Amino acid sequence: MALYSEKVMDHFRNPRNVGVIENADGIGEVGNAKCGDIMKMYLKIEDDIVQDVKFETFGCGSAIASSSMATELIKGRPVSEAMQLTNKAVAEALDGLPAYKLHCSVLAEEAIQSALNNYYEKHPDKKPGD
Amino acid sequence: MFIYADNAATTKMSRAAIEAMLTCMEEQYGNPSSLYMLGQRAKEIIEQAREEIAAVIGAQPGEILFTSGGSEADNQAIRSAARIGEKAGKKHIISTAFEHHAVLHTLKKLEEEGFEVTLLDVHEDGLVRPQELEAAIRDDTCLVTVMFANNEIGTIQPIREIGGICRKRGVLFHTDAVQAVGHVPIDVVKDNIDMLSASAHKFHGPKGIGFLYARKGVRLTNLIEGGAQERGFRAGTENVAAIAGMAAALKEAAADMPAEAERMRGLRDRLIAELKEIPHSALNGDAVSRLPGNVNFCFEGIEGESLLLLLDDRGICASSGSACTSGSLDPSHVLLAIGRVHDVAHGSLRLSLGEDLTEEDVDYMVRNVKEVVEYLRSFSPVWRDLMSGKTPFIL
Repeated sequence: MALYSEKVMDHFRNPRNVGVIENADGIGEVGNAKCGDIMKMYLKIEDDIVQDVKFETFGCGSAIASSSMATELIKGRPVSEAMQLTNKAVAEALDGLPAYKLHCSVLAEEAIQSALNNYYEKHPDKKPGD
Repeated sequence: MFIYADNAATTKMSRAAIEAMLTCMEEQYGNPSSLYMLGQRAKEIIEQAREEIAAVIGAQPGEILFTSGGSEADNQAIRSAARIGEKAGKKHIISTAFEHHAVLHTLKKLEEEGFEVTLLDVHEDGLVRPQELEAAIRDDTCLVTVMFANNEIGTIQPIREIGGICRKRGVLFHTDAVQAVGHVPIDVVKDNIDMLSASAHKFHGPKGIGFLYARKGVRLTNLIEGGAQERGFRAGTENVAAIAGMAAALKEAAADMPAEAERMRGLRDRLIAELKEIPHSALNGDAVSRLPGNVNFCFEGIEGESLLLLLDDRGICASSGSACTSGSLDPSHVLLAIGRVHDVAHGSLRLSLGEDLTEEDVDYMVRNVKEVVEYLRSFSPVWRDLMSGKTPFIL
């Protein structure tokens, strides 16, 4: 059996939404090079919708695939929905990850959250009330 | 295109080894311990293999013990030396930080049993300094175990000198020669080696078989108790076919060695020279005192597993010391031992060449490694920070 599902390999070989967004509304970076994974997410948000999202990732195959899948899952979705993205949803959309690679999907969730938090910091008025 | 460049992991079996094994499996199925002719023929096959193997490394047949592979040989050699030391009240062992885990984990166990272990520095070039070994030897040192050639970075240790020091100081010397046997010349007498471990599948023999050379007079301790096979030091019915396959493979490797090694070194050095052109890359381990087929690089700003997967897509089988390929959070202990920091060690690539490699294969590997490294850097946030000057380059 192959190490990864076909879905993972597809997103790894042909990652969606790779790159940067100039003047992004929110940028998030998580992980560290010491552990071997860094994900950076760029968001373009208009009318409370994630109009565009791009990523850059330093990491293994599942880290790249998780980043790619996470961007697909939130692109075009309302910010409130993007905020709810879980690592489980990312892993499931990839038809599963090996147990020791699940942290890659956690990192993808955290990267999105981090970028959204950065957006809220820049636009405190957009932050949903407590 | 398909290039198998992971010969340090395992090798393709040679035709001679397969033929030798087939004969055993089809015809010589007797138990070597049985007294009838069929059994005795199997016994003869084993003893002939022992002679052939001994001849290749300059040993006597009686000094060769068949094991399940390199790990078992390492375990038995170290355990045996520890037992000998313990009896004499000596419980200090010297080794290096970049040994194979078969050695390191055995030493860890011995530490739990009250032994003290000193690990020598292997420096940035991946080489032990004999004078540092000499300084580390104490009155209670019972064993020095230093690998012949490192499995990841391929550096060949000054074994003869190390062995000479051990002989002079009366300390047993074991070397894990799993990566060296069949690839570089070894003479256990001239090299002052008391014990040596080898594994057949690293020199085009079958998996699951190896041998331990133990100089006459070095009392071995059993790991496996049972019947009287292997002069009572390793119980269990002998794997006759695998033993015959190992001997056939080693005989062939030894005969071809001078010419093959020369050719491989040429290919290796060209591969190294051309991969060095990749900006912010570095060769791991000394360039000269190195296995003929070993190439190991670090590329800054990328991670090894994704590099391997993309090379696999292009028909190149290679390996990496990144954490993601080891299943742990830490990258290779070998790369850390030669002073590579985590960030850089994750981006390592080992290409271990086979004897069937051609000049065209080298061109293909260079072109594809360059392309894949460039591609992965194109969307690496680490590379972006390096290029923008936000973080300084290490390599």
